[in-house]
Amino acid sequence: MNTAADVVTVPLGHTAGSYLTDGFSIRSWLLSTDHKRIAMLYLASVTMFFFLGGAAAALVRLNLIVPQGLLGSAEAYNRLFTMHGVIMVWFFLVPAVPVTLGNFIIPLMLGARDLAFPRLNLFSWYLFMLGGAVTLWALFSGGLDTGWTFYTPLSTEYAKGQVVLAVTGIFIAGFSTIATGLNFIVTIHQLRAPGLTWYRLPVFIWSMYSLSVLLVLATPVLAITLLLVAFERLFHIGIFDPAIGGDPLLFQHLFWFYSHPAVYMMILPGFGVVSEIIPVFARKRLFGYKFVVWASVSIAVISFFVWGHHMFVAGTSIYSAVLFSILSYLVAVPSAIKVFNWLGTLHKGYIHFDAPMLYALGFVGLFTIGGLTGLWVAALAADVHLTQTYFVVAHFHYIMVGAMVSAFFAGLHYWWPKITGRMYPEMWARIAALIMFIGFNLTFFPQFILGYLGMPRRYFSYPPEFQVLNVLSSAGATILAAAYLLPLGYLVWSLMHGEKAPPNPWRAKGLEWRTPSPPPTVNFLRTPEVTEGPYEYAPPEKARG
Amino acid sequence: MSPWLPAASANAPETDRLLWALLLLSCAVLLLVFALLLRYIVRYRASSPLDRGAEARKTWRFEVAWTSATLLVFFGLFVWGANLYIRLFQTSGRPLRIYVVGKQWMWKVEHAGGQREINALHLPVGRPVELLLTSEDVIHDFSVPAFRLKHDVLPDRYETLSFTVTRPGRYALYCTQFCGLDHSKMTGAVVALAAPQYAQWLRENGGGASLAAQGQVLYMRLGCSGCHGGNGAGGTQSGGTVRAPPLVGLYGAAVPLADGSVVTADDRYLHDSIVLPRKEVAAGYAPIMPSYAGQIDEEDILRLVSYIQSLATEAP
Repeated sequence: MNTAADVVTVPLGHTAGSYLTDGFSIRSWLLSTDHKRIAMLYLASVTMFFFLGGAAAALVRLNLIVPQGLLGSAEAYNRLFTMHGVIMVWFFLVPAVPVTLGNFIIPLMLGARDLAFPRLNLFSWYLFMLGGAVTLWALFSGGLDTGWTFYTPLSTEYAKGQVVLAVTGIFIAGFSTIATGLNFIVTIHQLRAPGLTWYRLPVFIWSMYSLSVLLVLATPVLAITLLLVAFERLFHIGIFDPAIGGDPLLFQHLFWFYSHPAVYMMILPGFGVVSEIIPVFARKRLFGYKFVVWASVSIAVISFFVWGHHMFVAGTSIYSAVLFSILSYLVAVPSAIKVFNWLGTLHKGYIHFDAPMLYALGFVGLFTIGGLTGLWVAALAADVHLTQTYFVVAHFHYIMVGAMVSAFFAGLHYWWPKITGRMYPEMWARIAALIMFIGFNLTFFPQFILGYLGMPRRYFSYPPEFQVLNVLSSAGATILAAAYLLPLGYLVWSLMHGEKAPPNPWRAKGLEWRTPSPPPTVNFLRTPEVTEGPYEYAPPEKARG
Repeated sequence: MSPWLPAASANAPETDRLLWALLLLSCAVLLLVFALLLRYIVRYRASSPLDRGAEARKTWRFEVAWTSATLLVFFGLFVWGANLYIRLFQTSGRPLRIYVVGKQWMWKVEHAGGQREINALHLPVGRPVELLLTSEDVIHDFSVPAFRLKHDVLPDRYETLSFTVTRPGRYALYCTQFCGLDHSKMTGAVVALAAPQYAQWLRENGGGASLAAQGQVLYMRLGCSGCHGGNGAGGTQSGGTVRAPPLVGLYGAAVPLADGSVVTADDRYLHDSIVLPRKEVAAGYAPIMPSYAGQIDEEDILRLVSYIQSLATEAP
């Protein structure tokens, strides 16, 4: 029997010999190949990108308070929402969970010393920062107004601004995610602890695996597409612009062939995080483990065959639309299965309401709303009315921001004691989780109604009858902003003043909890052996209240 | 679902019914999920002394049950949505054809009688309408929420949007595909008029030549008649060689191409033959026609197409 107590054989003076104290120079951080330190570099980077993208979103919402546009400049508005989309998609949502939590936790969960390719891991971070720097340079040296979707021929022939520079930045950052995906796949195949069979892997690992497959297979298509955009823009080679012999729909096919799987790149890690947290705080085995696992894998596969549902009104054939509609419904089935399994896990559990659990429950709620509205836009005739309106904006923000960011915070709070060796202030964290849920719904629910009423996306100004709902949405955004700033404050505070964390504050079963908090550089002083599944939680003994 | 948004086309109430069904289904599922969630977190909170009994073992039964239920419901929604969508593309009878050209950042509308509008579209109620949509520059999208319809408007392509308006009124028209700086200014109004008012509107705004007649003038001016003949009848020039196919009776006919395939001479074919004449060369003719790409805008192409259409001996 492995219990937490018998594995932690190192002295409990927990700062002694942790990865955090293994060198204090800047160099020891910037040239570290330790996956934990690299995860921290990434955490700092994606936090910066999150607040930059968030600032752009705040200005977008500010503009929409009045029908004629408060900013007074359509040009500025268009550049802001492009900046918001580009930063959030490629520099926060796609990388956030994998490169921070994944990077930190995957080797620990596997009982490994590091990822399979530690230097590639560090190189990925440098690529990410280079790509980020080039993109930010593009955004701050004039910006661009193509939207994050770069539709042609607008992006290649008509748009002014730094299109080539921006796509170069995204191109570079893409290689960073490909390298990360490759690293994860090899690590999960090769570096599992003795006894850690595939069906004993935590769902988080399965999610990261599915995600990595998506990263490796889909990102190259994006790279090629962006390269072609740059070529057409620079050299006027007719690829997408019909005026010089190209086909504008070709771009949309290529772009969505990447970008639909990208949606699942964003949400799969969320599934993984939540599937870890719910069993821990319900003190119960995950309901339907194999179904949850294979749901993740089938999402990864089917998500490659649904890109055409972004093009139901774009001028593709009716037959392809019908096919993509039914495939879109198919890809929704595994997501529904997951929700039912999380509910099944709660049933007859012993549920604790620590902050990670509150965030995870918020995830389930927001994901359910986001998923259900996905059924609306998968229904062809309904999509004809709803697509390209605020309905779609609301739908995907429920998934990517509501659900995904909740999952990110759930995971961050859950593993914070392990990562930093400090507990976060519980009360503040619960308050933030609650405010985030309320603020999110207030921001995005009105947008469903706006969309039904026909308000188009990406409008700098709008008819006055839409004002009330827009003001509501902007009001919600201020609450949401506060909810995002709160954790920044109390988590940073906890680094200095937080209570010292024991090795396993949640009495969780994952291998990452069988080493001190924060872990030593080598992760495990003795390689753990695994003798049971990942979620063997038992009901509490009678003695406990 | 229409206290705020009128349902003004024949298909709109049907789309609304689908949306209602989706709303009810979503509310039901949401209620179920939230009710279970709340029930469980209250009933099974850690501090509750409730006896949990034995854990459910044969979980696969639940899995199979909810997976099949989900599949079944989803399949129903798919069939409903797809059926409506397919019917959107079926035109009945001979629709009234109106030409719409999008450009940064305005909508230009041409009626067969030569009436022209900008950022407005007048339509008759109760008669099937077919819009022929094309763009001069980037991709736009023609969207009328009151009709529950939208369709992308692509450069160098003809897309069609068919519907029948059922209620007179003035409805918002939006561009819903981001098209650059003044995207949000690319709006207008669709004005649906009862038949007599529509006829009156056509009379009051006509006056000029019909679209086909304008096309005929262009046909002469751009030199098309030099090869295709004075009235599109084909012509024998310079020693009896036939240089270009006749255009009379062409519209709607099957055209054998030089590469052995056969295409129907529809709007798209005529458009492409003017701007990309070497793409689909009619069998038996040398590919000698110069391209008019860049020398003639989409509206003039529409006039030429309309003229060639008028040369069809029989309506297709």
